[in-house]
Amino acid sequence: MKARTALLLSVLALALAGCRGWQSALDPQGPQARELAWLFWMFTAVLTAIFVAVMIALVVALMRRGPPRADPLAVDPAGERRTNFVVAGLAAATGVTVLVLTGFSFVSQRNLFRVEEEAVTIRITGNQWWWDIRYEDADASRSFTTANEIHIPTGRPVKVKLVSADVIHSFWVPSLMGKQDLIPGQENDIRLVADRPGTYRGQCAEFCGLQHAHMGILVVAEDEAAFDRWRDAQIRSADPPDNPDRQKGLQAFLSRPCVMCHSVRGTPAGGRVAPDLTHVGSRRYLAAGTLPLSRGNLAAWIVDPHGIKPGVNMPTMKLDPDDIDFIAAYLEGLK
Amino acid sequence: MSEAALARNGRDLRDTALGDAELDARLSRTWGTTASLIGRLSTVDHKIVGRRYLLTALAFLLLGGALAAVMRMQLARPESQLVGPDLYNQLFTMHGTTMMFLFGVPVAEAFAVYLVPLMVGTRNIAFPRLNAFSYWMYLFGGIFLWSAFALNIGPDVGWFAYVPLAGPQYGIGKRPDVWAQMITFTEVSGMAVAIEIIVTAFKQRAPGMTLDRIPLFVWAMIVTSFCIVFAMPAVMLSSTSLILDRLVGTHFYNAAEGGDALLYQHLFWFFGHPEVYIIFLPATGMVSTIVVTFARRPAFGYLPLVLSLIAVGFLSFGLWVHHMFATGLPQLGASFFTANSMLIAIPNGVQIFCWIATLWSGRPLFRTPLFFVLGFFFIFVIGGLSGIMLASVPIDLQVHDTYFVVAHFHYVLIGGAVFPLLAATYYWFPKFSGRMMSERLGRWHFWLAFVGFNLAFFPMHILGLQGMPRRVYTYQPEMGWGSLNLLATVGAVILALSFALFVWNVVSGARHGDVAGDNPWDAGTLEWATTSPPPPQNFSRIPLVTSREPLWAERQALPVIGGLAVDDRQLVVTTVTEARADIRESSPEPSIWPLLAAIAVSVLFVGSIFTPWAVVWGSIPVAIALVGWFWPKGSKEDEE
Repeated sequence: MKARTALLLSVLALALAGCRGWQSALDPQGPQARELAWLFWMFTAVLTAIFVAVMIALVVALMRRGPPRADPLAVDPAGERRTNFVVAGLAAATGVTVLVLTGFSFVSQRNLFRVEEEAVTIRITGNQWWWDIRYEDADASRSFTTANEIHIPTGRPVKVKLVSADVIHSFWVPSLMGKQDLIPGQENDIRLVADRPGTYRGQCAEFCGLQHAHMGILVVAEDEAAFDRWRDAQIRSADPPDNPDRQKGLQAFLSRPCVMCHSVRGTPAGGRVAPDLTHVGSRRYLAAGTLPLSRGNLAAWIVDPHGIKPGVNMPTMKLDPDDIDFIAAYLEGLK
Repeated sequence: MSEAALARNGRDLRDTALGDAELDARLSRTWGTTASLIGRLSTVDHKIVGRRYLLTALAFLLLGGALAAVMRMQLARPESQLVGPDLYNQLFTMHGTTMMFLFGVPVAEAFAVYLVPLMVGTRNIAFPRLNAFSYWMYLFGGIFLWSAFALNIGPDVGWFAYVPLAGPQYGIGKRPDVWAQMITFTEVSGMAVAIEIIVTAFKQRAPGMTLDRIPLFVWAMIVTSFCIVFAMPAVMLSSTSLILDRLVGTHFYNAAEGGDALLYQHLFWFFGHPEVYIIFLPATGMVSTIVVTFARRPAFGYLPLVLSLIAVGFLSFGLWVHHMFATGLPQLGASFFTANSMLIAIPNGVQIFCWIATLWSGRPLFRTPLFFVLGFFFIFVIGGLSGIMLASVPIDLQVHDTYFVVAHFHYVLIGGAVFPLLAATYYWFPKFSGRMMSERLGRWHFWLAFVGFNLAFFPMHILGLQGMPRRVYTYQPEMGWGSLNLLATVGAVILALSFALFVWNVVSGARHGDVAGDNPWDAGTLEWATTSPPPPQNFSRIPLVTSREPLWAERQALPVIGGLAVDDRQLVVTTVTEARADIRESSPEPSIWPLLAAIAVSVLFVGSIFTPWAVVWGSIPVAIALVGWFWPKGSKEDEE
């Protein structure tokens, strides 16, 4: 028994150590996630109490040593009647408990999906295995496309529209909100609110094929001013290369099949089936949260995407080693 | 000549005319299975078919467990290179499919095929040839799935094969077809057994076994069988329309052509949720049986226990949407399913309370079966309570499709079904084999399984809350999931060891175990009234039931009825509610046709994943096999 208690404690210790994290439902960073975490802990407390009570009853039942039962059919009718009342009472208590829990759950659900005027509308399209992100604006010239990383202003509700281009995916950023599926043929939406600036990670939560494990998304919450700066920068087309290496990189990029799938606004590259690279150098990660963005990782990814993310739709291309360096330099500079 | 001697020579020899020894010998001859190869393949004895079912299901459990062990090795550390995504996706799909369709449902049916006829005091299951057919279909379906896996065309789309991932555009090659067709195999077999169980329990009970004297395990199997009859058509519909989409270009699930991907989820989970209870309810029947025997008193609250079973069976059909809370359904509709999912806690709670009450006023005898039942209480209650969390829409939105759910359903399925199954194996093994399993090894098995299980699966709750989605073949070191995953893998290794011990215990028990005798646990139900293992005819004289626990009530000698023919496979058909002896009915003789029919149907099923024309030409051998099966052969069963 001692050994088991020790074990239990060590598991708990491990658990608590991991509660904080950039992708944890137990580390809420917004009002909705806080509501969810509160509801979770409330349920946990009530249900743990029930579990302990049931186990105590079981242990007591086993410890009671009545007289040996030579005739198993001999039961005490008065005792049976008493037990009847106890069991009926417990059944009624179970009913009341689940009723109350249902009530709490219902209220939480209403809070979670309360419709508030949104400050920003983002349309996310799920693809195998990356996120296409479109910031919508009534003024069409202020709409823009990016991928795998969204920025939101703190304290303001953000409406996220969810659609899919291929199979079912699920958008889930646990420190901000519960998940919602992206389903072909329909549009779902949820609202996100972040309390304070920070970087929160999310991940596809519906099995979507070979690289389901590498379909991360980053949410960067920042104050209104920083968000506006970021948005203005994203709206702009890519700056022309500022040195000869990057110029060579742009040439190589445009003369290769890259442009069949990728867009860089301000250049002839206009492919629409892969992530928009206009400001790829400003993102923190590469390949949907798989590699931290750096010139080296960009080069590695271009050389061997299938070694890093087996099954990914980006083809392996035969490129001159110099060209790879130049392309990586060019892309890294797309801030 | 005396009347008895006259009768002995005449055509209509009755059991009343014979002494015990001669009756045993003659009935064994009438009901026996010949030892030749054809004889073995033709057998319709429910005990032989049940034993095959059990061993096959056990083999699939070990295979499915081996897949899980490989997955745990892969996840033990971040970015492990042990298996790649393609194989990993096959591994978890095969694991889930094997455990749900080739182990979970069939193993409960296996116990039922063996035990229900014995428990209700009859000589064979109803429709015994259909029973043989169902076993062959199950075996061929399992072989089909695992051959595909061995050829690297094992399904890789998850055990619920959501479209469009499993649809024609994204589900490449034949992998999803293999999955969908394996479903057809196991559903045919599951459906057949369900019908046999219902008819056996309703029409073949020993005289005097009124509805309120039916053993609780049999009640559990009746409710389970009704669930199967109503749930399985939904999955056959979903998997068949998936095949049609893939093979002949229909658009049931193609959103671009007016189909609907969510329709698939509704159809699948309308089956999929009752499925969980189809696996769990038989286990509750086993728990009821074992608690009663080892508490040494009748079940407290027989009526509430039966009503709870029925209530769970009904409610299980109103929960399916809680698998779809994240799909953007209307909020009010989702809330209805929250309420319903929570409601099912009440009948399940009542069962737990009744079992504890039984132990409370009994005098528990601590043997291995009871240990596993106590393990069941601990694990299943945790699983049931985390199920209440999943019923809540908001909480579900956080934990759905994460390792929290993986932890939850393993607590429910391993705790709620596998632990009772292990208890049942230790409990009924003496009846199956005539020998006892080792008590000492049994204790070791229990403690290793209990510790290993909790170590493997409890950390997964936390992993899920920390954001680890299910069905990922790897994770990055910076996610911080490494140590809990390693702990889970250590637990899985211990759990695997416990199963090695279990297999050893079964094998050595069957060879050198202590001889059990008819009733080693001094239990009260009818299966213990006959020898261990039972003779081909189960009971030489059909018992007359006067109580819920006939062997406790009639300590001296069980009252019996007479008048059945000896040279013909006769059994007593009784009325549904009061079990009054109604008519004598001949039970079918052994036949090779069920096997031939199963082969013909299997060829059709497997062929039809390659060309729709297989349905056309494949139906010819099926028709021939069925004609052969039903062709009048001048036996007793045909005359009546």
